[in-house]
Amino acid sequence: QVSAALKEGRVTPTELCQQCLSLIKSTKFLNAYITIAEETALKQAEASEERYKRGQPLGILDGIPIAVKDNFNTAGIETTCASNMLRGYISPYNATVVQKLLDQGAVLLGKTNLDEFAMGSGSTDGVFGPVRNPWSYSRQYKEKSVPKSHSEDKESNWVITGGSSGGSAAAVSSFTCFAALGSDTGGSTRNPAAHCGVVGLKPTYGLISRHGLIPLVNSMDVPGILTRCVDDAAVVLGSLAGHDPKDSTTIQDNFKPFELPNLTDVSKLSIGIPKEYRAPGLSGEILTLWSKAADLFQNAGAKVVEVSLPHTRYSIVCYHVLCTAEVASNMARFDGLEYGHRSDMNESTESMYAATRREGFNDVVRGRILSGNYFLLKQNYEKYFVKAQKVRRLIANDFVKVFRSGVDVLLTPTTLSDAAPYKEFIKEDNRTRSAQNDILTQAANMAGLPAINVPTALSERGLPVGLQFIGRSFQEQQLLTVAKWFEKQVQFPMIQLEEIKRHYHDVFQHEKSASFS
Amino acid sequence: MAARGCGGAWRRGWQRGRALSGPAPGPFPRGRRAVACNARGGAVPAGKSGLASWVPVVGLEIHAQISSNSKLFSGSQVQFAAPPNSLVSFFDASLPGTLPVLNRRCVEAAVMTGLALNCSINKKSLFDRKHYFYADLPAGYQITQQRVPLAVNGSLSYSLCTGNKMSQMVKKTVRIKQIQLEQDSGKSLHDDTRSQTLVDLNRAGVGLMEVVMEPDMCCGDEAAAAVRELQLILQTLGSSQAVMAEGQLRVDANVSVHHPGEPYGVRTEVKNINSIRFLAKAVDYEIQRQIEELENGGTILNETRAFDSKLGCTVPMRDKEGKQDYRFMPEPNLPPLILYDAKSLPANMNHQQVINIDWIHERLPDLPSVKREKLVEQYGILPEHSFALLNEDGLAEFYENVLKQTRMKPKRVIGWVLNDLLSYLKQHSLTVKESPVSSFLLADLLNLLEKKEISSTAAKQVLAELWKGEGKTPLEIVKEQKLQLLQDQKELEQICQAVIDRQENE
Repeated sequence: QVSAALKEGRVTPTELCQQCLSLIKSTKFLNAYITIAEETALKQAEASEERYKRGQPLGILDGIPIAVKDNFNTAGIETTCASNMLRGYISPYNATVVQKLLDQGAVLLGKTNLDEFAMGSGSTDGVFGPVRNPWSYSRQYKEKSVPKSHSEDKESNWVITGGSSGGSAAAVSSFTCFAALGSDTGGSTRNPAAHCGVVGLKPTYGLISRHGLIPLVNSMDVPGILTRCVDDAAVVLGSLAGHDPKDSTTIQDNFKPFELPNLTDVSKLSIGIPKEYRAPGLSGEILTLWSKAADLFQNAGAKVVEVSLPHTRYSIVCYHVLCTAEVASNMARFDGLEYGHRSDMNESTESMYAATRREGFNDVVRGRILSGNYFLLKQNYEKYFVKAQKVRRLIANDFVKVFRSGVDVLLTPTTLSDAAPYKEFIKEDNRTRSAQNDILTQAANMAGLPAINVPTALSERGLPVGLQFIGRSFQEQQLLTVAKWFEKQVQFPMIQLEEIKRHYHDVFQHEKSASFS
Repeated sequence: MAARGCGGAWRRGWQRGRALSGPAPGPFPRGRRAVACNARGGAVPAGKSGLASWVPVVGLEIHAQISSNSKLFSGSQVQFAAPPNSLVSFFDASLPGTLPVLNRRCVEAAVMTGLALNCSINKKSLFDRKHYFYADLPAGYQITQQRVPLAVNGSLSYSLCTGNKMSQMVKKTVRIKQIQLEQDSGKSLHDDTRSQTLVDLNRAGVGLMEVVMEPDMCCGDEAAAAVRELQLILQTLGSSQAVMAEGQLRVDANVSVHHPGEPYGVRTEVKNINSIRFLAKAVDYEIQRQIEELENGGTILNETRAFDSKLGCTVPMRDKEGKQDYRFMPEPNLPPLILYDAKSLPANMNHQQVINIDWIHERLPDLPSVKREKLVEQYGILPEHSFALLNEDGLAEFYENVLKQTRMKPKRVIGWVLNDLLSYLKQHSLTVKESPVSSFLLADLLNLLEKKEISSTAAKQVLAELWKGEGKTPLEIVKEQKLQLLQDQKELEQICQAVIDRQENE
């Protein structure tokens, strides 16, 4: 819709950009952004405006303000990964996905906050502080929350965004941008999408280039897409997908961007409900919602079947081994020699390395490095790493079998509950929280499958809850079509934030939800 | 007495009490090194001296820099002696978020080399990360092929001169365990005066072929000959320029000794060997050192040692103490490398995207061993002659060029090329390319000799003059120095008569 508005001249790219920038300033307390690229964004907006004036916009994305998670390289703009190790690091190149968006005329507003090096499920463990879920300040949440005591400050009851792409999710959710890039290794795009009430798409591994995405687990990472509606996600996907010679893990096949049909007849669809996703700790609310969703499909004529993915329960342990091993390897390059933080310790190269890494990394990162190195030791390699690889194949095969049996798409919850208050969340450590929260999203990364979170309803506490669809490899079109149908059925409410009302009063008076397509 | 031409056992051919770290370059008398080991270093039972014999075992790990325009996984240029850090791409500097992209030419070079060494080429090979921290390794790991290398189970045949004469040449074979592709590291220069290390990443990421030779060799000469032959093969293929002085060919030797019938001894790794000559010395020194150590009741440590060329001995290397666990892990950013042959090549595959082993095989040039045989067959020269021709860069071509321009028989020309020309070149440390005497000039000279216009003594004199490179032709020199052979019978009789007459008068 905003794209149409741009085209018709109802609003100009510069106005849009300025409004977003000013809204970012008003919502600074969310801590969603690490770096705001005000100057370059305005320049990009001006250039876009020129193109619109000439009647030659580059496409739907021309002039659209976007945000990018701070683990993507952006030339000339600081890239920190929310770590002391890369504080002040200005990359000389753009990640392929960033370049593609810029080539389409998108306006890059800034870099969003995350857990340090994308390790975490709360966006609470970065050096720039935690990200606050915009819904913490929504009328919907405030109405439902009862202060425990009068002395308790309402402010301190804010809830987390989930993670690790919390900043991107918060940015999209609070209307400071129209789309954002996240990354997804164990659920890092879908999890915060669910908690922030936005669409979070994890594409098939190998569809979108990882060149320029600072890796966590090379064999599972994908760039993630966060938008306010499924159609928007399809548009962004269309501009990003395709072979990149700079990334040897992208597939060679030609990708054709698609427009999503408005599905009306779901009778030919087969929805699978994996029973193992009724995980321990799953809230009653979400279980009910999940069930309702299944009924929704059934009542509309789709075939809904219970299926089994028997190795689901091993995925967290398997992930732990493989993830830490790759992390130990990927972090080996951070030695302060060529770039990034370098310690003042200079007695010897070794001592400089050790001090630099101790100073530059937080406990979570260091913990994973130590674990990973342990698993990669010669005497442990077979027992842990190779074993985990074998289990990974079993997990992936579970999905293959299910899809082969005729199921088109799987329907599962995305998170165990709605967003936790920050004070509660930090009572357990990062590793525990990650193990708890990744359970529903992790297996899709193991198997490389596409998955998407669709905001479904508000919880009793007035916070968003989403449901997840998992599709077949490279069948994003089918996956998104189903997701779009579902989205239309549930009519998820728009967030009611004071700040947004003030800013977008003119443009979105009568809109229920704002999207750009 | 030193072991000479024996079945291969090393005995203590010197007196007791000889210093271990003496400056002597080796325990053998100067001149022809006469340790003729048989193929597997087989031992001869205790000889007259009554001492138990030793079997030395030598294996080699050779790193050859691939001759290519760009590096193994990135597009930066490969060039020797460029300004520091001027050939470094984002990937080479390990900037976060960069990914490796495999260089096709490097794979082809490795396939060619594998085929030339009679290896089986693995149609599917894998890449791995080998982790260790060092200033010249920006990523903290090297990408190599540890699990499944590109080529395995090959062999290299080489010739070794036994005895004092060149004519006694023995053919040997060493098994090639594998050939793998891997990244080269950067260079670090230690500046002790300022307590700093300077790092140059120009070489970081350059493609290497690691050729692993099984421990089938038993002395320095064998190791040197094997490496020399490998060098010639690589240069013929063009897969590596293999110039040791420029670091394009690096050799690490694994040395151990044991008594016949007993299991292999503890081995040491000798690194930092900069020439083929030093390789032979280093290996022989290390064998000797180990024998002496063991005979004195000591033990051999499984350590890495460096060769000190000035002192002619091996010394322990400081920074490689303790065993390293490299924590090998599959390289997740590179899919398995799939190679095809004529049979397995899919029909509609893009020609640019695949490598066809058979296609490469068909286009391999003649290897040195084949060239040598051809020279022998074509020209009737001896095997040791053709060996010497190929051993010197450009000499075989020179020889053939001379042959084209003269009627002198090849068997006669070879003497002039190998004895006269080559010794001049060696004396003045010149390459064939730098020779002041061109093939044209030599042919010209030989023609005069062939036509009997000068004697062979005179020819040598002319050659000496030609060597000065003053631009004179052989004929001009002959005339200048009045070296023409007199053909006229009568004139000769007169001269002889005159000499006799003079004698009589004294």
